[in-house]
Amino acid sequence: MKIFSLFLDRLGKSVLFYVEELGKIVALFFSTLFWAVRPPLKLKNIIKQMEFVGVKSIFVVVLTGGFTGMVMALQSYYGFRLFSAESMVGSTVALGMTRELGPVLTSLMVTARAGSAMAAELGTMRVTEQIDALYVMAANPIKHLIVPRIIASILMVPLLTVVSDFVGILGGYLVGVGLLNINEGVFVKNITRIVDIDDIMNGLVKAACFGLILSLIGCYKGFNTRGGAEGVGKATTEAVVLASISILVSDYFLTAIMF
Amino acid sequence: MNPMIKLIDVHKSFGTQKVLDGINLEIEAGKTTVIIGKSGGGKSVLLKHIIGLLKPDRGEIWVDGVNITKLNDRELNEVRKKFGMLFQEAALFDSMTVGENVAFPLREHTKKSEKEIQEIVADRLRAVGLAGVENKMPSELSGGMKKRVGLARALAMHPQIVLFDEPTTGLDPVMTEAINQLIIETQKNFSLTCVVISHDIDSIFKIGHKIAMLYEGKIIEYGTPEEIKNSRNPVLLQFLSGSTEGPMKIM
Repeated sequence: MKIFSLFLDRLGKSVLFYVEELGKIVALFFSTLFWAVRPPLKLKNIIKQMEFVGVKSIFVVVLTGGFTGMVMALQSYYGFRLFSAESMVGSTVALGMTRELGPVLTSLMVTARAGSAMAAELGTMRVTEQIDALYVMAANPIKHLIVPRIIASILMVPLLTVVSDFVGILGGYLVGVGLLNINEGVFVKNITRIVDIDDIMNGLVKAACFGLILSLIGCYKGFNTRGGAEGVGKATTEAVVLASISILVSDYFLTAIMF
Repeated sequence: MNPMIKLIDVHKSFGTQKVLDGINLEIEAGKTTVIIGKSGGGKSVLLKHIIGLLKPDRGEIWVDGVNITKLNDRELNEVRKKFGMLFQEAALFDSMTVGENVAFPLREHTKKSEKEIQEIVADRLRAVGLAGVENKMPSELSGGMKKRVGLARALAMHPQIVLFDEPTTGLDPVMTEAINQLIIETQKNFSLTCVVISHDIDSIFKIGHKIAMLYEGKIIEYGTPEEIKNSRNPVLLQFLSGSTEGPMKIM
């Protein structure tokens, strides 16, 4: 009996903790929204973040997208061959990339690269009193630090997804046509026949949502860092884990709503 | 006497820990007031109350005739423009150059032209003895230089009040002396109201016009350096002599 009440106690506490945490993240989202629409827009900061989140992520996104498309072509080929439907490999790769793997893998890579960096950078700024210094100089840290990162992520993750989609399909083409000798015309024709513009667009909407999620969580964790170098490390880890999980969970619900 | 900053019965607790337990203090305009006390004794917390980074649980804080505990964020920002603050580790923005750091408050709050801003930046850096380092990054500077740049940034907006959070902690004796001289000179040249928190005994008697001792959440002694030196308060005596024997709890 005692163990049971102890269990309930623990469970209640952790539920409360997570609900509170979620509430704080939502509160941060609204104050970001509030500061985002108040002039002046820190265009220089936004462009700097766009470079960091977007341009500098291109390499990893190309690499993951390309190999994912290639392996999908390889895997689906062995499945489709069983009932002589090899011609569907191209459209399968294209649908998988645009609807699902493009947005999700891109966001996960950006989380690992940029979301973690946001948490680490803001966390370091917190523990070295740079965030206090902003307050003291009557400059709002949300406006200066968080708004540019979130705007940049919402804009850049969909753009990176476009790159990932394209490279993924290209990878599928190279393996399918080049290696597995699927007829080139059938391969391409099936892609254009089956993949709809809505498949691509909905994937990009998902990507924008993921961009918001990963930057909001990265900034939240960094901004609320406590306790020196160890705290920064903890904040970074938590940001990556929480953002990755949130992306995968919200992916299901977004897909259920949109498709 | 004309108090620039007045604290009336200020209380603050974090959880069950009482940090400030009824602080009453008047800080004179145009003078340097040093607040001393043991490490972790609430000196930084007190400083953060003066500039509105923390709000007291109870009590009032008046700055230049305004009760800042009653202000909203926007009004508080107006009051903060009267302040400059030098943080313990200088808190320079490490993504910006030294020049951009010093220019930051000017770009944020004034409509000055780029040329005027560059002139002010050069002038403030010259005032702290670091002419021509505008294009260096903070990570390229030593601890003492960072503090000087921090002071230049704090002075950029011509503040009336400058707060110093342990300006000499972690510096070698020569640099400590240099920073002390710098505080004395800038205080005089800009006729500033300075509030310094420190536990560096040699420094406090050099720079302070008034000294206040914070102990267990209260101001237990307040007076001129002479009065403090002659005080018979056992806690203060122990603190100044650096003895482990006495009424002050070490843990």
